[in-house]
Amino acid sequence: MTGNAHEGARFDGPWAIEARGLVKRFEGVTAVGGVDLSVPTGSVYGILGPNGAGKTTTLRMMLGIIDPDSGYRRILGAERPHDVAHAIGYLPEERGLYPSMKATEAIAFLGALRGLPLKEGRRRAHELLERHGLGYAADRQIRQLSKGMAQQVQILGTLVHRPRLVVFDEPFSGLDALNQGKLEAMMRGLAADGTTVIFSTHVIAHAERLCDEVAIIAGGKVPFAGPVDVARDRIPPQVRLETRAIDGPWRAALPADACHEGRFWHFPLPATGIEPLLRALIEGEAGILSLSIERAGLHDAFVAIAGEAAARALEEEKPEELRR
Amino acid sequence: MISDSHGAPHGGRLSTLAAAWVVARRDFTAILFSRTFFFFLLGPLFPVIVGALAGSVGGSVERSSDRAEVGVLMAGADADAVLRARDALADRLGQDLPGLVVLQRLAPGERADPAAAMAGKQANIAAVLSGTPSAPVLTGPRGQIEAWRGDIAMIAAQAEQGALRPWPQVHLETTASSQVSERKSRRGTAQAAQTLLFLLTMMLAGMVLSNLVEEKGNKIIEVLAAAIPMEAVFYGKLFAMLGVSLVGIAVWAGVGTGFYLVAGSALPLPSPAVGWPLLIGLGVLYFSMAYLLLGSVFLSIGSLAATVREVQTLSMPVTMMQLLLFFFATYAMTQPGSAIEVAAALFPFSSPFTMLARAAQDASILPHVAALAWQALWVVLLVRLGSGLFRSRVMKSGAQGRGGKRRFTRRAREGA
Repeated sequence: MTGNAHEGARFDGPWAIEARGLVKRFEGVTAVGGVDLSVPTGSVYGILGPNGAGKTTTLRMMLGIIDPDSGYRRILGAERPHDVAHAIGYLPEERGLYPSMKATEAIAFLGALRGLPLKEGRRRAHELLERHGLGYAADRQIRQLSKGMAQQVQILGTLVHRPRLVVFDEPFSGLDALNQGKLEAMMRGLAADGTTVIFSTHVIAHAERLCDEVAIIAGGKVPFAGPVDVARDRIPPQVRLETRAIDGPWRAALPADACHEGRFWHFPLPATGIEPLLRALIEGEAGILSLSIERAGLHDAFVAIAGEAAARALEEEKPEELRR
Repeated sequence: MISDSHGAPHGGRLSTLAAAWVVARRDFTAILFSRTFFFFLLGPLFPVIVGALAGSVGGSVERSSDRAEVGVLMAGADADAVLRARDALADRLGQDLPGLVVLQRLAPGERADPAAAMAGKQANIAAVLSGTPSAPVLTGPRGQIEAWRGDIAMIAAQAEQGALRPWPQVHLETTASSQVSERKSRRGTAQAAQTLLFLLTMMLAGMVLSNLVEEKGNKIIEVLAAAIPMEAVFYGKLFAMLGVSLVGIAVWAGVGTGFYLVAGSALPLPSPAVGWPLLIGLGVLYFSMAYLLLGSVFLSIGSLAATVREVQTLSMPVTMMQLLLFFFATYAMTQPGSAIEVAAALFPFSSPFTMLARAAQDASILPHVAALAWQALWVVLLVRLGSGLFRSRVMKSGAQGRGGKRRFTRRAREGA
């Protein structure tokens, strides 16, 4: 092992990860078709997308597990991800530990792969296991642990070398609700300490609770990348209106796409704002019983953005004659 | 939670060798401290037991079946003369002369059919001697009677002559060895060393075939690939298995030497040209090189296999390939200084076998330094090739290559 890790790992640039035009094809099929990403240093960044959207392939390219067919990436300022491997922690989607290894040894081994001396790794492994309520499993072989516990051990192994950037691929899958909550808290703690956390998920609720910024991947492309609020603002707020009258001239003031169930109306907030509409409803004697304006959730934004992008990607993949 | 994320400093980026060491250490200890390693150590005991059993069965079969003999079908006096002559000659020439058994002492004028006598009950009679000592007739299968022709002629001549003539006493003057016998005996040492090297390599290098199956099966390969270069994974696996093999060999050699010392017998092989200590040292080095060279190929082949069954299917052609290399190296050993020997020394996979045989026959050291460097170079090339293949075929990684890096630098500069 060489040098001083924290000297080498110190990175003060604005972007923990920059990727431009990443393309990856597998046997002629485009898995990722030109991904651009900029992950702010110190942020919690979510990569959202439906199954098969290209999330894992994108992460694997960024980490140097596979090389892109074209495009470039820079991770913690380095062009070659292995140059900064000691400052990165990675939990792959398909978990893997040596079944015959004891929990402490497994964590220390994962640290050693990132340059942490084995002795120090063992010490920290004990400390981490104790801190996370797994001290009793320290000397148990991985094959003797439950799947969820083994996954927690691997998560601790991802963090044992105290990385500056942690990449989790679908970290919540396989964990029960209690441990999902613990993991969320752990991710918040990492971010509070200045660690950049990136995770992929198809469960939007986690991203909504945790992320400063998200990238939505669909059909191998990134139709949206930016702050969560901006994503939510892509969808106009939804108006929920309850009227006493069922019909009347005031209905002409409602947007054409407004839908209703009995006395309840739902429609996107008009571009002109709520005031002209309110005026028309009052003057038309609609009898407003209740009115609320709800900001779109990340889930709605995701469905709209990813849905459009997936449809577009499908359309692009169709042969020319079918498109016509 | 992880509140001290950026606390105490630790080592930085691992070099390829340091990363390989991490993998090697894990694999080495995992194998060494497993129950299966004990059975691995017992491995050579099974051929020894089988050999001992086969030897004892063979011995008892040999004891139960008598040596082939020559039946004598002659007049009584002639038969007695022939028997006396055979015994007298055997005293001086040893027991290699065929044994004689009188089938029938013919009365004067009596005739007998040798072929019919052979077909009788005496199963050990491989030929029949008839006629007289001055005109002996040997009847039997062609190969057998041709092999005994000279011996029977000598016995018949002695029988005709009667008493043995005194033979002159040959005065013996011993030398260490003649040029010819030294070369010949060293060739024996060379062959023994080469065979041992081959057996050890064949027995141990095949283990590498299935070495990446565990990592692929339980997805650890993803963790390894993200943290360290694939080359380091390959080196680590190879060196771990080499270490395990060397431990095994050390144990077997220790036990073997112990038995040898207890038996108090001397090594039945003549001293090699470079001397025993250096030959043993070179043996270890050439074993390591042969192991790394073949192991790197096996590891690459095994890493491309998707299942254990595929790996098992591959082991047969792999063994055949090793046999071919051995035959090539053995043939080259019999042609010292020839173009064949040079080719075998240059071809990386046969080079360790050829050069070890050379060490037994030729005292020069420098060619070994060059050969070891040459073999090490090929190990590096093969590991690079194997890990590259693994990345592209299994990890499905395209090569970004230099063009990609240049493009990135250019675009980064433009961006700045």
